[in-house]
Amino acid sequence: MSSIHKSPWLLHYDGSSCNGCDIEVLACTTPVYDVERFGVINTGNPMHADIFLITGGINSQNEAVVKQIYEQMPQPKVVIAVGTCACTGGIFKECYNIKGGADTVIPVDIYVPGCAARPESIIDGVVKGVALFKEKAEALKAAEN
Amino acid sequence: MELSTRLIIAGCYIILAPFIIGLLDGFDRKISARMQGRRGPSVLQPFFDLKKLFEKEFLTANKTQLFMIRSYLVFIVLSGILFFGGFDILLVVFSLSTAAMFLILASTSTHSPYSAQGTHRELVQIMSCEPMELLVAVGFYLATTPSTFNVSEIISGSQIPNIVFLPGFFVGFVFILTIKFRKSPFDIATSHHAHQEVIKGVTSEMVGKEYGMVTLAEWYENAILLGIVGLFFLNSNPVSIVGAIIAILVVWFLEILIDNTSARVKWQLMLKLAWSVTIVAAGMNLLLLEIIRG
Repeated sequence: MSSIHKSPWLLHYDGSSCNGCDIEVLACTTPVYDVERFGVINTGNPMHADIFLITGGINSQNEAVVKQIYEQMPQPKVVIAVGTCACTGGIFKECYNIKGGADTVIPVDIYVPGCAARPESIIDGVVKGVALFKEKAEALKAAEN
Repeated sequence: MELSTRLIIAGCYIILAPFIIGLLDGFDRKISARMQGRRGPSVLQPFFDLKKLFEKEFLTANKTQLFMIRSYLVFIVLSGILFFGGFDILLVVFSLSTAAMFLILASTSTHSPYSAQGTHRELVQIMSCEPMELLVAVGFYLATTPSTFNVSEIISGSQIPNIVFLPGFFVGFVFILTIKFRKSPFDIATSHHAHQEVIKGVTSEMVGKEYGMVTLAEWYENAILLGIVGLFFLNSNPVSIVGAIIAILVVWFLEILIDNTSARVKWQLMLKLAWSVTIVAAGMNLLLLEIIRG
């Protein structure tokens, strides 16, 4: 029985967000929401992370960075796009430097809409992502066998 | 102490230490959360984390790192066997230093700038703790009659707990425990706080089972350090074991309290404070012991 769904460590990357979603992500770790009760730790290291939480749209400068972070994360991993910008590009979508949402460079598993996304919906997204781990871990094991 | 008894205790250490320290770590996270007005994770959380780390995909930077980390774990466990088996305490301190050397080699085997920075901090940390660890061994040697470094003779040879002769050493040792348990300061690489200045320091490039092994080694090391705390209170009377366990729990709680009340301590202050406390507390105690012994 895999225990990854009980200890999902989170890596937060700010694409080209206005910081609204980032503040809401950090709010999740405060005493009011206390996301650590689900075993979630906000880690700064992609090699230790299980969930890649990305806020803001993708631009031509951070495209390579997002790809590299994604590749550095060991399997099984889940990507959560938080906020309208990370989902679709949001109000910056038409800008000359914006490529669009996070799914333009890496596969996204969970979309959390909102401008800014509320802590409740972010936690909801993380919990949905955690549920995905069970499937992903089993698929990985099946692939190994 | 007979060899068979020594081996049984050492065997118990190998099997039980991760469970006991893991559980203490779980309570630590729960108590810390409560101190910060949060609910906190389950007390079994450290075990979930450890199990997960061993299940993750293994993406290593090079093969040397895994070998170094295995050696680190082996030397820590060896130190524990030496300590709980009742052998030479000086040997335990040296063996722990050798283990730390393997951790340093593991982190420098990669070319990550974060690992390099973390290694630097780790070396500063070793520099601030090592004098006190050595002095503790010297303290036990001077406090016992006839003088001995042998752990089982330190216990069986003393009628009253050694803390009576070594209060300064005890204060100094509890002070460095905050650093040894990787609680404070917050910018010391693998500190347990949610944010780190240098990503994850020495463990930055350690993935999955490598990081799991480092965590496991830390638990084994913490068991030895708490064992040394207990040694201050142990004497030939078996009842003193109860006193030692209470002392260990009190010190453990104290470390959580210090961690939560001094969250912004940086490594520069750590170095200054650790050496000052070592020189003043342990130094004074050493002088007094020498005078008493004539």
